[in-house]
Amino acid sequence: MTIFKTISILTLSSVLTNSLFAKEAPYSEAIEVIKAVQNEGEGNEAAAAAWKQIIQGDATSVVPVLEAMNGSNGLASNWLISAAQAIVDRELTNGNALPLEQLGAFLMDTRQEARARRLAFELIQRVDPETAQQLVPGMINDPSNALRRDAVAGLLDEAEAMVEAEKKPAASIVYRQALGAARDIDQVESASKALQELGQKVDLPKHFGFLMHWSVVGPFDNTERKGFDTVFPPEEGVDLTGEYDGKAGKVSWSRLATSDNYGMVDVNKAYGPLKEVTAYAFTEYESPSDQPAQLRLGCKNAWKIWLNGELVFARDEYHRGIRIDQYQLPVNLQKGKNTLLVKLCQNEQEEDWTVQWQFQLRVCDATGTALLATNRLPTPTSRQARARNES
Amino acid sequence: MKANLECPRYQTLLMMKLTLTLFLCSLTFSAAEDWRQFRGPSGSGYTKSSIPEKPEVAWSLDLPGKGLSSPIIVGEHVYLTSSSGASQERLHVFCFKASDGAKVWERQFFSTGRTMCHDKTAVAAPTPVSDGKRILALFSSNDLFCLDLEGNVLWLRGLTNDYPNASNSLGLASSPIIADGVFIAHVENDSESFAAGIELEAGKNLWKKDRTKRANWTSPIVVKGADGKELAALQGSKGVDVVDPKTGAVVWRYDEGASTIPSSAADAQGNLYIPSNGLTAVKPRKDGKSEQLWRNAGMRPGTASPLVQEAKVFVITNANVLTCGDLESGARVWRMRLEGPIGGSPVANDSHLYAFSEKGLFQVVQLGEEKGEVIHTVDLGEMIQCTPAVADEALYVRSNGRLWKLGKAQG
Repeated sequence: MTIFKTISILTLSSVLTNSLFAKEAPYSEAIEVIKAVQNEGEGNEAAAAAWKQIIQGDATSVVPVLEAMNGSNGLASNWLISAAQAIVDRELTNGNALPLEQLGAFLMDTRQEARARRLAFELIQRVDPETAQQLVPGMINDPSNALRRDAVAGLLDEAEAMVEAEKKPAASIVYRQALGAARDIDQVESASKALQELGQKVDLPKHFGFLMHWSVVGPFDNTERKGFDTVFPPEEGVDLTGEYDGKAGKVSWSRLATSDNYGMVDVNKAYGPLKEVTAYAFTEYESPSDQPAQLRLGCKNAWKIWLNGELVFARDEYHRGIRIDQYQLPVNLQKGKNTLLVKLCQNEQEEDWTVQWQFQLRVCDATGTALLATNRLPTPTSRQARARNES
Repeated sequence: MKANLECPRYQTLLMMKLTLTLFLCSLTFSAAEDWRQFRGPSGSGYTKSSIPEKPEVAWSLDLPGKGLSSPIIVGEHVYLTSSSGASQERLHVFCFKASDGAKVWERQFFSTGRTMCHDKTAVAAPTPVSDGKRILALFSSNDLFCLDLEGNVLWLRGLTNDYPNASNSLGLASSPIIADGVFIAHVENDSESFAAGIELEAGKNLWKKDRTKRANWTSPIVVKGADGKELAALQGSKGVDVVDPKTGAVVWRYDEGASTIPSSAADAQGNLYIPSNGLTAVKPRKDGKSEQLWRNAGMRPGTASPLVQEAKVFVITNANVLTCGDLESGARVWRMRLEGPIGGSPVANDSHLYAFSEKGLFQVVQLGEEKGEVIHTVDLGEMIQCTPAVADEALYVRSNGRLWKLGKAQG
């Protein structure tokens, strides 16, 4: 039987089971109660009662509970996933079997919630590790990072073994496949490092979708950190030919491209290692369609970010660390031109670990897959970036 | 006069007395044995419990992911948290049997807040807390879960959902407390800094107050108020605010600055021993301010928090020097060097102090009047940053990936 036939049967089985399950009104109502929980503890009392009702279900209720995570907020998902685990633990303790076929069908249904599918995989792994292991390679392009991670890890292991066996061309191919599928930073780094050691070129900025070409203006004042809340002219409208009163005289826009593998835009390169200053960075992003996306920012300075003139988020934390995807901001891109404006504040601290005045920003989907702009320029080399910045 | 043992009335009285004695014994036993919060019942690591002079490993078990939260003990069970996954987004709450380490239950959740933190810490950094009926587990992602002792979820919160800028890119680590029946979360950070009192039944805010916008890893402690009621001491860069747990109103305040890493300790009278200008002992004044009892600039705690015994106070400096001070005067009594570095706070009873180095070396210090002496060590071989829990004549301590029980040597 082909994997597709298996999936079809499993999916049908799941649909039938879920349909039957859905007819059990009190149970469905309990799930709806949980899905209604909101911030600040709203709905907690009712959810606790519903949770106790849900965990009375037998093993066949696990998949419907996981299915309910689809479209649930994070709080409701935590109620549901803990309920599913409670059912599983009790059923296994009592010697009852888990519905493997249902779990398999649920796992294969990529429309379902990613974390719930990961849990389904782990349940299969718990009771039938051999089958679970067979499923792993097939998840190399799964929309769930948590699922494709195991498949990527498998490819990385295979490629490493090939290198050790002196099969370097084959290893390059497998590493390339692993890199293409990898979304977690550690796996991307492992694959790209190995490829570079094998003499292969890797365009990491493109893989991640980092925005490499910016226009910057500054420095404006940030004495006593007041610049964070001060509305300087770029916030009122970007005019790349404009000239403004800066902290120490007139300031105007200039180009700032980066060739950094991780898209780091170092504002110190434009203005020097200043303190108590603010700068703005601007770029345009052409989207092929209206689409949901995430702006993923890494920054250890205080920052604000606007998409198409609308403030997306602001944060006034200084020098507590930076990493890729530190902040994940859901947005909706419009078809055609989108404008991105980043405000970047440097504070008064003098320690050597407070010199950085920089950020890294990428555009991707919710899984971390790069969404490349139609106006994306080739990733510049360091020489090209320098030449562009001096032009 | 000789009692008539066969008299029914006497027998009834005897039975009532026996029952009452057993009941009181059970209460005492339960209260003495539980270790329901970070640094135990006293809030400073001091216990009257008996601990073997030379504990050895009784059992150990593997844990997933990372964590430097401490275990807590309620009844016969150990409760602990950890965080796993590529970005530590999976949050675990465990219940193990104290007797043999067998897992009783595990609940897993996903973070709804940010999980970024320094490599040396973890999303499972704050120690859970219990009122004896519930386990409340807070994580650096600001996810808060309340479960009963059987693992049933009673309520949950995502405090970063509620307050989107309440996070610290180095990681939050403040362990919560329960004071006067109210859960106290102390989420001080550079941005959306706050403390909140949350009721235990359904997890709703009783109050929320803005706090100083500065990163802070200290934990609140329970301190006795003038009327005997429990108050909550919130320590931050500006000092310590001692607040009414039910309203958040400041009852008294110390405002001469304080550390943002080691936390304060309290004594049974409601005085505070604050990592401030070394170590500063204060008592409350009726006007809402504080009166300094003593200050010893030489007793500056490092990462570990001070420990208050009945008549002594202990600090471990960043140079790994354990200093014993007189609780009444603050004068140094003796000092000695331990193997370090030491990140976790020590625990002690009246005769011994127990400390773990980050290299995994467990050290038992015999506490003398004139000196301390290391009388026993066990090399656990893994990085230990947590503060141990003590119950039933044993210590419980964890590394990122392992939980140990150290008790009486077998055989």
